[in-house]
Formats: sequence, C-alpha cells, structure tokens
Amino acid sequence: MTAVTTDTQEAEAQAAHEAAFDAAVAAEERIEPRDWMPDAYRASLVRQIAQHAHSEIIGMQPEANWITRAPTLRRKAILMAKVQDEAGHGLYLYSAAETLGTSRDELLDKLHAGRQKYSSIFNYPTLTWADVGAIGWLVDGAAITNQVPLCRCSYGPYARAMVRICKEESFHQRQGYESLLALSKGTPEQHAMAQDAVDRWWWPSLMMFGPPDGESAHSAQSMAWKIKRHSNDELRQRFVDICVPQAQALGLTLPDPDLRWNEERGHYDFGPIDWTEFWDVLKGNGPCNEQRLDRRRQAHEEGAWVREAAAAYAAKHGEARA
Amino acid sequence: MTTAPTTHAAALALGDDALVLSHRLGEWAGNAPVLEEEVALANIALDLLGQARVLLSLVGDEDELAYLREERSFRNLQLVEQPNGDFAHTLARQLYFSTYQRLLYRELATGDTPLTGLAAKAVKEVAYHQDHAEHWTLRLGDGTPESHRRMQQACEALWRYTGEMFQPLDGLDIDWPQLEADWLTSVTGVLERATLTVPEGPRTGAWAAGAGRQGLHTEPFGRMLAEMQHLHRSHPGATW
Ligand SMILES: [Fe+2]
Ligand SMILES: [Fe+2]
Repeated sequence: MTAVTTDTQEAEAQAAHEAAFDAAVAAEERIEPRDWMPDAYRASLVRQIAQHAHSEIIGMQPEANWITRAPTLRRKAILMAKVQDEAGHGLYLYSAAETLGTSRDELLDKLHAGRQKYSSIFNYPTLTWADVGAIGWLVDGAAITNQVPLCRCSYGPYARAMVRICKEESFHQRQGYESLLALSKGTPEQHAMAQDAVDRWWWPSLMMFGPPDGESAHSAQSMAWKIKRHSNDELRQRFVDICVPQAQALGLTLPDPDLRWNEERGHYDFGPIDWTEFWDVLKGNGPCNEQRLDRRRQAHEEGAWVREAAAAYAAKHGEARA
Repeated sequence: MTTAPTTHAAALALGDDALVLSHRLGEWAGNAPVLEEEVALANIALDLLGQARVLLSLVGDEDELAYLREERSFRNLQLVEQPNGDFAHTLARQLYFSTYQRLLYRELATGDTPLTGLAAKAVKEVAYHQDHAEHWTLRLGDGTPESHRRMQQACEALWRYTGEMFQPLDGLDIDWPQLEADWLTSVTGVLERATLTVPEGPRTGAWAAGAGRQGLHTEPFGRMLAEMQHLHRSHPGATW
C-alpha cells in the first residue's frame, strides 16, 4: 500500500466523518464526547465553556463581598447559598470542558495568565447591599436569557450542564428581584440604594450580550454549529423587553431616557450603548479587572500547598485524587 | 420567648457558636484552595447558619440577637471566633468544634428538651462536618512536610481554646466529663492517624475565667461583629 492511497483513504474517512457530523447537527442530534467532531468545533466549545466557567468563579467575588455584611440572617443564608451555587456551576462547566480533553488545571492556568476571558460584568464593584439584589435581578437575568438557548446546544455535555445551571440561575434571578423589591418598598434610604444600584448595573448588564451582531467575532460559525441559537442583538432585545415591566413593578426606573415601547416593532426601543466602555473594560481597564484576577491568583497560589498535600496523600495511600 | 428559660442559656450559647463559626467560614468564599472546597466550606457554613437560626429563635428574634447585641453579650466559645488563618487553621478549628458538636448533639438528640428536634436533625449535618475535617486533617498531617508543619502548628495554636467546650451549660442533662473524655479520644485518634503530635499545652488560657461562655472574647471578635452588624445597625427598624 502506498502513502498516496493511505492519504486518499484518510481524506475519504475525514469527509465521511464531516458528513456524519453535519447531518447530526442538522438533525438536532447531540454531539457526544466520543463522537468525531471538527477540531475548530472542539476549540470553539472549549473557548466558550472555559469563559463561562471562569465567569462563574470570578463572579463569586463581587457577591462574596457582601456575605459578611448581609443585613439579616435570612439574606445571609440566601447569599451564601447563591455564591455556593456559582462555585457548583464552575464545577459542572470545568467538567464539561474536560469531556473535550482540556483539564481544569490547564484552563485555570490560562485564566490566571490572562489568556482566557471571563464576563466583563464582574469587573464592576459591589458598592452597597442593593448591588447584590441588582446582580441577581439583572446579571443572573441576563445570564438566563443568554443561557436558556444553550440548553439546546449541539454539544451534549454542555447542553446538559446548562439545564441544571439555568434552573439555579432563575432561582437567583427571583431572589434578586425579591430583595430589590424589599428595598424599593423599604425606607427612603433603602429605596435610594436600590435605585442607585440599578442605575449602575443596567448598562453593563446590556453589554453582557456582547458586541453588536456586526462586530461579533465568533457568532456566525457558532450559529452554524448550533452552539449559539440567537444573535447578540436578539438576546439583548429579549432581555430589555423582559426587564422594563419588571422595573415598573419594582417601582424603580431604568437609566435610559430613550426607553419606550415601539408598537410597530413590538419591542422596547432603547438608547445607544457605550461600546467604548465595553471595549475598555474588556481590554482590562474596568474598575476591578486587576483586583478580580489578583484575588483569584492569590487564592490559587495560597492554596497550592493544600493541593500538593492532597496529591501527596493520595499517592501515599493509593486513593484517587480529589 | 418561646422556650422554657432553663434551656435559654444553652440555646443561646450553642446558637452563638453556630452563628459565629458560620460567619468565619463565610469569609472563605472565593478564597478556597480548590473549587470543591468552595462548595464544602459553604455547605458547612450554611448548615451552621441554619442551626443558629433555629437555636436563636428559641430564645428571641434571630436578627435582634445576631445584630443588636454587643460583644460582651455573645456566649460563643472563643474557639469559633478565631480568625480563619490558613486552611490548616480553619480545618483544625473545624475538627475540634465539629467533634464536640457531634458528641453533644448525639446526646441532646436522645433527650426531651426544646433542643431535641434541632439536635436530631443537626447531628447528621455535623457528622459530615466532622468527617470532612477529619479527612483534611489526615491529608494535611500526612501530606507534604509543609502541610504537616502547618497542620501541627494550627492544632497547637488552637488547643488552648478547647477546654472551654466542656463547661456545663445550664439546663442540659449531659455527662460533661464523659463528653470531654470522648472528645479527647476521638481527636487524639485522628491526630495520631494523621501523623501529628497531640499538643501538650494547657487546654484553657491563663485568663480564661470561663471565657466566651461568660462573654469574654478575643480581640478579633469585636472587629468581626463590627463588620457583621454595621449594615443592619445603620438602618434601625428597616426590613430587608
Ligand atoms: Fe451561575
Ligand atoms: Fe447565578
């Protein structure tokens, strides 16, 4: 058998794999870890899942900032449980990435080296207790809008992780809303605190859907692979349409003078987003970029001796690594 | 007031233990050495907070008790208010305390007091806490030279806060000397299996005078309370 024949056979096998993959995606079947998949599909998923996992664990920081100051024991329990859920989401997602052959350690190293991103929303500070409510309502709310379609993502383990995660995120969103409602209906000081938080979190929440469709680097291919189902702008519009009546029910205003119902479109129109700010925060100039990453690196470095001890113990006693 | 005054003092003391240790564990959020421990430490903190809420509610309004008392009115052990330190300190504190809670709640669960229901439920939770602490004590003690050194240091530093646990609490029908003997057997067994040396120093400070159970706390506790209470106190009468 000559090399040429082998090459031809490989090319044919490759074409058959690709055809089977395309057919499976077209038929809305799930791609599973053992299935053949294009390298670019795998790389794109790893990038997206890693970014999502990193967002879950970095996202613990702004809310953990208020655990020790929560104003009642009930609120403290809710907040601790929420932050714990986010750690759990991180675990599911790193596991989903592992099914694609990329270890958690490898992804964490990339995060710590600044070579992988997390959601820019977490580069804003939580300045008052009301920020905890605003994050639950708006940030978890935006996350749900983004993630519900991912429950139908073509990659099985990611889609299944998203089903579990979305259930918990919607719980967080309701708790955030309820917490803001209590503030809005509370004392004048509490109401002002809630309004201030919404004023600060509204625009960054809209930016969570990513750049406008024309400028989104990975969108088209992700849509074709059925990783992504809707465009950034579609999802952003959906989120605005959900939030406007909720803000009214909360007795709070959204900081956008251009926000109004458009009968013709059947949607709310909203004002221009400050994309300069978006790109600036993305590039590292947000209020907390350095702080978040430093804290993450520090926790990781300070924990190194603990992980080494666990590995050494496991090696001595023949147990599987934790 | 919803319970016989005879167990008030005990409910307050045990409630404060759970409240304060839960708070300390909550300080770990976002800082744990590995993601699994973010989940585990939060679990323990949440269990303890749940216990605290039940116990404090036996005495009065949970939030008034947590947020509006001054340092000298808290009845928790000095052990639980100790700052987290490194992971070894946190786990040594947990081993000492969870072993105590497990033994005590096991006894309380078989009694017939206002605390019985809570103890029966909580004994399962604290059994997990103790297992978790034991698991890490073994790994850190018998892991690397560095982890061994850190764990040994932590066990010794906290040893002086462990005698206080066995001062009788009013209204509880407990054989305290037996509880202490069982605690020592359990803890020394774990430390030995972890290749650690059982500390030899005193198990109470020279100035103990009953310590935390009498409202005498260590300096870091006041700062912990200042942080915990400031928001609640800044908005008198507000609902959240
Ligand atoms: Fe999450
Ligand atoms: Fe969430």
